[in-house]
Amino acid sequence: MVSGYIIYKAIMVVLIFLIGLGIAAYSTYAERKVAAFLQDRLGPNKAGPYGLLQPIADGVKMFMKEEIIPDVSNKFLFILGPCIAMLTACMTGVVIPWSTPITIDGVSYPLQITDINIGILYVFGVVSIGVYGIMIGGWASNNKFSLLGALRASAQMISYEIAMGLSIIALVMMTGTISLGEIAAQQAGGNWNIIYQPLGFLIFITCAFAECNRTPFDLPECETELVGGYHTEYSSMKLGFYLFAEYVNMFISSAIISTLYFGGYNMPFIGRFVTDPNMLSILGVVFLFGKIFFFIFFFMWIRWTIPRFRYDQLMHLGWKIFIPLSILNIILTGAGILFFNR
Amino acid sequence: MLTNRSKVVVNKKMTFMERIYLPAIIGGLITTMKHFFRKKTTIDYPKEKREISENYRGQHVLKVDEKGAERCTACGLCAVSCPAEAITMTAGERTKGEENMYREEKYAAVYEINMLRCIFCGLCEEACPKEAIFLTDRLVPVSGNRDEMIFGKDKLTEKHFNQVDISKRQTPEVLAFKQQKQYQHNK
Repeated sequence: MVSGYIIYKAIMVVLIFLIGLGIAAYSTYAERKVAAFLQDRLGPNKAGPYGLLQPIADGVKMFMKEEIIPDVSNKFLFILGPCIAMLTACMTGVVIPWSTPITIDGVSYPLQITDINIGILYVFGVVSIGVYGIMIGGWASNNKFSLLGALRASAQMISYEIAMGLSIIALVMMTGTISLGEIAAQQAGGNWNIIYQPLGFLIFITCAFAECNRTPFDLPECETELVGGYHTEYSSMKLGFYLFAEYVNMFISSAIISTLYFGGYNMPFIGRFVTDPNMLSILGVVFLFGKIFFFIFFFMWIRWTIPRFRYDQLMHLGWKIFIPLSILNIILTGAGILFFNR
Repeated sequence: MLTNRSKVVVNKKMTFMERIYLPAIIGGLITTMKHFFRKKTTIDYPKEKREISENYRGQHVLKVDEKGAERCTACGLCAVSCPAEAITMTAGERTKGEENMYREEKYAAVYEINMLRCIFCGLCEEACPKEAIFLTDRLVPVSGNRDEMIFGKDKLTEKHFNQVDISKRQTPEVLAFKQQKQYQHNK
């Protein structure tokens, strides 16, 4: 029984790892396609039908490119940087509840690798390690642009983590738990947290954009000012890892936004049409992925709508607006809990 | 005020609704979403071709007459008229037995157009007294090599049994215009 449990968990880990990578790979394709469509173009359409093989072509290209490690760089850290970025990006997927458990022959298989009771804290911890990947990579390159990009990235990520954490506190006060599995389960039916925490959601999603280094907060790698930011000196698959980690992060943050605020695998009124719990569980996965894909699209949609912030505007927004706003949100939530006694 | 869309900039203080940015962001999102569903302007070139005007000025052709003899007499008027100085030629004298190859006693032994210099204005066609050179609706093929872009007679002269249709550019009105001697360029 124990070995069966381990095999099941191993399968889950590999599956989620592969799904994460697959979605990240196709996010690169989707990004180019969405960008093209928003600009009245067609986007990549030569590799395979509708250009669907483009990510494979890009991957092959990345692997075949010459690998350059600058002479003046710190070689160990230079290689370590992208490894950390990729590792932390893949680690956060562990705590996301993909759906309710599936029961086969009386044995219940939860569709979540591990429901640790400090799920949100775990995510925050891992994400904050992700800063090191960028910082070490930028510093080890021994290049002005890389260093500037890395400095901007670390300052930005640390600043926005505060507002992000504070916006989560209001949510935790309401739900009374920091386990992602329980938060998702509480939102059964149409009882989504976004209804009670609109301000918190707004702060959270903005901070998620900043954490993922996505436009309008893509200062760490802004091409127009810093060549490539922290990955200026990187080439071949090490560059690929950085870019890939960004897309994995985007996928994971979409999953977390959906889980925390949009009911995770829940969908209102679905219980009326389907009663079989296993079927409901599978539908839950479908709904969750639908929400995730919407948010990934939203990330891209925003990217081609809002121009990049100036650095002082970014800091102003983070420290002087979002942190006070999230504290206000905590106070309002506390007052609401007292008033409605829920 | 060409489009009536310009807005006068006022440095007034922003209202609260403007300062929270969200309405503006949503407006922006709606605008980009409209573009998402708009018809795409891309022409997938090798597969589909852009529609071109029927009297399009593309790659030149050196005409031959109904017997297959070249019309060009190497008078040099096209080269003189060419504002980009793209045309060069060397005249040759027809020898006995070449009557079916060249229409008149003088012919162009070498006739070259530098397609990188040519601006496709059509003045060569207008200057030609022998109706020998015309611009056609064919696109000039690209090349990665400058030498290949200097087109000689091998690329310019049409084949006798595969003549290029230039009727859209040589309408009766154009012919009549070219016969009128009161114009400077027809003298």
